[in-house]
Amino acid sequence: MATRAGRSETLFLRLLLLAGLSVTIMVADHRTDYLQSLRSILAAAIVPVQWVAAVPSRVVDSVNSWLESEEDVRARLDRLRNEHVQLKAQLQRLQAMESENASLRRLLAAAEQVPDKVLMAELVEVSLDPYTHKILVNRGFRDGIYVGQPVLDQEGVMGQVTEIMPFSSAVTLITDPSHGLPVQVRRNGLRAIALGTGQSDELKISYLTPNADIQVGDILVTSGLGGRFPRGYPVAEVKELISDASEAFLRIAADPVARLDRTNQVLLVWHGLAKQADPAQQPDPAAQTEPPEPAAAGQ
Amino acid sequence: MVVLLSFLISFVLVMLRLPDWAMPYQPDWVALVLIYWVLAMPQRMGPGIAWVTGLLVDVMHANLLGIHALGMALLAYLTFRVHLRMRVFPWWQQAVAVFVLLMIYRASTGWIRGLVTPLQLDYSYWLPCIVGALIWPFLFAVLRDAGRFARHL
Repeated sequence: MATRAGRSETLFLRLLLLAGLSVTIMVADHRTDYLQSLRSILAAAIVPVQWVAAVPSRVVDSVNSWLESEEDVRARLDRLRNEHVQLKAQLQRLQAMESENASLRRLLAAAEQVPDKVLMAELVEVSLDPYTHKILVNRGFRDGIYVGQPVLDQEGVMGQVTEIMPFSSAVTLITDPSHGLPVQVRRNGLRAIALGTGQSDELKISYLTPNADIQVGDILVTSGLGGRFPRGYPVAEVKELISDASEAFLRIAADPVARLDRTNQVLLVWHGLAKQADPAQQPDPAAQTEPPEPAAAGQ
Repeated sequence: MVVLLSFLISFVLVMLRLPDWAMPYQPDWVALVLIYWVLAMPQRMGPGIAWVTGLLVDVMHANLLGIHALGMALLAYLTFRVHLRMRVFPWWQQAVAVFVLLMIYRASTGWIRGLVTPLQLDYSYWLPCIVGALIWPFLFAVLRDAGRFARHL
């Protein structure tokens, strides 16, 4: 019996030790990035696990695409073709406007805006912690990804990279409760902060006084303040405005425009002002294209 | 060997992408497997191994490192404290004990996470504990048979 009690005691001591170690690690991981290498090593160890876990959804995907009828494929191809022509036409106008903008900026002696480089990435279909809004994408620091890198889909801003592993990285979505994003109203440039709520279809816009000029239906775009996100990408549409006399600020709910829970492909953006990763490190120059610019704001 | 394999399978199950409606019910597979092995071989499975396992769970979830590590170490210790009693329990009583252990595990990890980032938890946070307790008798039988099979090999 004495040995059992002794074992229990040593186990308790070990537990205390491990608890101390855990707290140290948590603080170190929260405040610094010294643990990035430890995370990378462990992440490399679980790559096979990730691969196996993603097999069922890959199978489902391929079976689905296999079962797709010829008419469906044709219809989709037609739609994509139409879209392609339309986008090309828009792009021509955009290029003209960009060069005009550059020469106007030179006239004003303002800094020229560096066009952002982008890289396509695919979603890895594994489940992360269900209580945070994160997704895993198949590009890691081998592709020159950096922490804080903006992530978009074809509709708008999705979030930013928060953890980098060798072959993949975790993206915190704008709806995560810990995420805040500086935005402005596209109509009039009014600045605000869009906070995540933990629901995948809602953002909260904070710190706007009741006399602020904002309406239901307004499009919010990134303001570029903070330097992390490029300016002018659509973020959300204002869905609901509640003005309560007892509160100092408006309560505003907005719908994210990016398809946060449905996209399979995302764009990673190298933002000109942010910590610039060496463009030579990007492996696939063909994958780099100019990002789609949101439509002009004027009527 | 069986231990390693069962942990690997539990990792895959944790990372498996389920349909959205099923996500809140996904039990803590790794925690369940850990409880089983502490009961089966208490002299070899200690908080140390549990801690390393938890660290891997943190990496898989892209969480702050150390949260699940601490939770798992605590879980292993508590399971060790009650393992003699739990071994003689009938299956339903064992399931209840597992439910309580899972609740403590979830409470500890949820609490630490709440300290670091704002986190909104509702009743659905505790659903996996119920699912875990319901799965326990089956998991117990499977792992016991797997262990016996491996010993005969």
